[in-house]
Amino acid sequence: MIFDIILIACIVAAACSMPGVFLVLRRLSLQSDAISHSVLFGIVISFFLVKNFHSPLLMIGAAATGVLTVMLSELLLKTKLVKEDASIGLVFPALFSIGVILISKYAGDIHLDVDAVLTGEIALAPFDRFVVGGVDLGPRSAWSMGLIALINLLLLLGFFKELKLSTFDAGLAASLGFRPHLLHYGLMIMVSITAVGAFDSVGSILVVALMIAPAATAYLLTDSLALMILLSMGIGITSAAVGVLLAFSLDTSISGTMAVVCGMFFAIALFFSPRYGMISKWLIARDRKWIFACYTLCVHLLHHEGTPEEEEESHVRHLQDDLKWEPKYAQKVVASGIRNGLLLKTGNHLHLTPLGKETVRSLMNRG
Amino acid sequence: MTNPSSSSPLPLDVTDLTVAYHEKPVLWDVDCVVPEGTLLAIVGPNGAGKSTFIKASLGLIPTAAGRIKIFGKPYASQRKRVGYVPQRESVDWDFPTHALDVVTMGRYGHLGWFMRPGKTEREMAMDALEKVGMAEFAQRQISQLSGGQQQRVFLARALVQDADLYFMDEPFSGVDAATERSIIQLLQELRFKGKTVIVVHHDLQTLKEYFDWCMLLNVRRIALGPVDEVLTKENLHRAYGGRAAFLRS
Repeated sequence: MIFDIILIACIVAAACSMPGVFLVLRRLSLQSDAISHSVLFGIVISFFLVKNFHSPLLMIGAAATGVLTVMLSELLLKTKLVKEDASIGLVFPALFSIGVILISKYAGDIHLDVDAVLTGEIALAPFDRFVVGGVDLGPRSAWSMGLIALINLLLLLGFFKELKLSTFDAGLAASLGFRPHLLHYGLMIMVSITAVGAFDSVGSILVVALMIAPAATAYLLTDSLALMILLSMGIGITSAAVGVLLAFSLDTSISGTMAVVCGMFFAIALFFSPRYGMISKWLIARDRKWIFACYTLCVHLLHHEGTPEEEEESHVRHLQDDLKWEPKYAQKVVASGIRNGLLLKTGNHLHLTPLGKETVRSLMNRG
Repeated sequence: MTNPSSSSPLPLDVTDLTVAYHEKPVLWDVDCVVPEGTLLAIVGPNGAGKSTFIKASLGLIPTAAGRIKIFGKPYASQRKRVGYVPQRESVDWDFPTHALDVVTMGRYGHLGWFMRPGKTEREMAMDALEKVGMAEFAQRQISQLSGGQQQRVFLARALVQDADLYFMDEPFSGVDAATERSIIQLLQELRFKGKTVIVVHHDLQTLKEYFDWCMLLNVRRIALGPVDEVLTKENLHRAYGGRAAFLRS
């Protein structure tokens, strides 16, 4: 059974991470939160119409609600009476709360309760089997979510160039006839359908974690869009598998643990990403500070080389008296200059090595 | 052409163009006819509608009134003959891609939906990067480029569009003097090849040196024609109001 849960979790994570990349790049992360909540309204309404949880109509209803959410937010924004964040924040709670009221009032006896809506019930998913002609083909949600993941993948492959251009430069995309507005709505439909598919397993809040966190993590790790999508899928799948296993060994909420693992991956990237991580940024900044101090000293020495005051200017004491450097700081700068082969110290006097002179000259020429 | 006596259609023929945001006119009844092979600057104070004029010509924003013809036809049927350089600030330079890839985007219009850029497109992009002196930065992540380098990448992207009419929105913004000269040289080369280039420009001092024609704009079209004829004291006063005296000196 645990294998089934891992399988479902991985498929959900893969499906979510694909639209997630474009949400992150378009700064629409909160729009996915809005959609994943308001689709509940669409699910409930469609359910009342067809009385069946496995009807494709549920997907259509959800997609329509997703588009409705985006359109209503845009309409509110166009009134110019509310700002963008408020326009999103006003629309989805309204639709979500109507959904919640409808469930609590009319759907008390069916499998749809408010807790499940928020965090999902992935542990129950393996019990719902997909049986064709008496043959058990595995958990139903693995198939439905697998289909959604496949559609996402095909759409991404088919419209890769168009999505890339309209995300990077909507103006050029429109001038070339690529209809960025249409692509925007297409993406929102993709998000809505993925959110509904993932609803059962991870609920409406954690689906946002699965969409945004892997993409945000991948964004810190690569400079290529294609690689960002692949990495985001890999990180999402890994988080899902690790999350399920961890939840079982700790006996905690599966969806919650999956989201926590996603967050942990992000935290790791935030600190340790080789190029954009906090630590490498801090190291670069620190190096830069010392290198600059070292160059400043070298420039100073070259400036006074061969002049009558050289004797005075190259004395280590001078660093404290006239450059106004703290003794410890001055010592460190001198040490790093010597270590890098730019300086020589004889007695209390500093001299530039040939390498030091050459470095300073090329620096001055560039400036 | 059924009528051999008629000359080839004008690159840009705009009549009575009016654009408004919430009934407040941004452009009001603007006519603009640009002959082929012209290097035209659009100048005017902030909020004069310079960018709006370009965006309306490209059909990017709705118009309240007016007719726009590109080489005698509506823009939608002439996309491949038109190149566009948006304002540098209008895009997110932290986007995960490199300079060569951005330039390749200039070929997307010719490729159309679903077709992928291939070797040919990348070679064209590389040639264009070479032309703007950016070949060594082809694989550089775009956020690592300076403002002037980003502007040159945009220019290279316009070059691979291989258009007959170009619209460029402030291609000199955030660019140092040397880059500005190399960009204007490229624009002049395009003009010598018979292309028409329309540029939103800010610096009245360099107008005469850089451009053949100039459109002075301040919601209304103040003047259009050869730079010398347009830059009169009276026209500048009408476009810039009280500030004209100081701008002229």
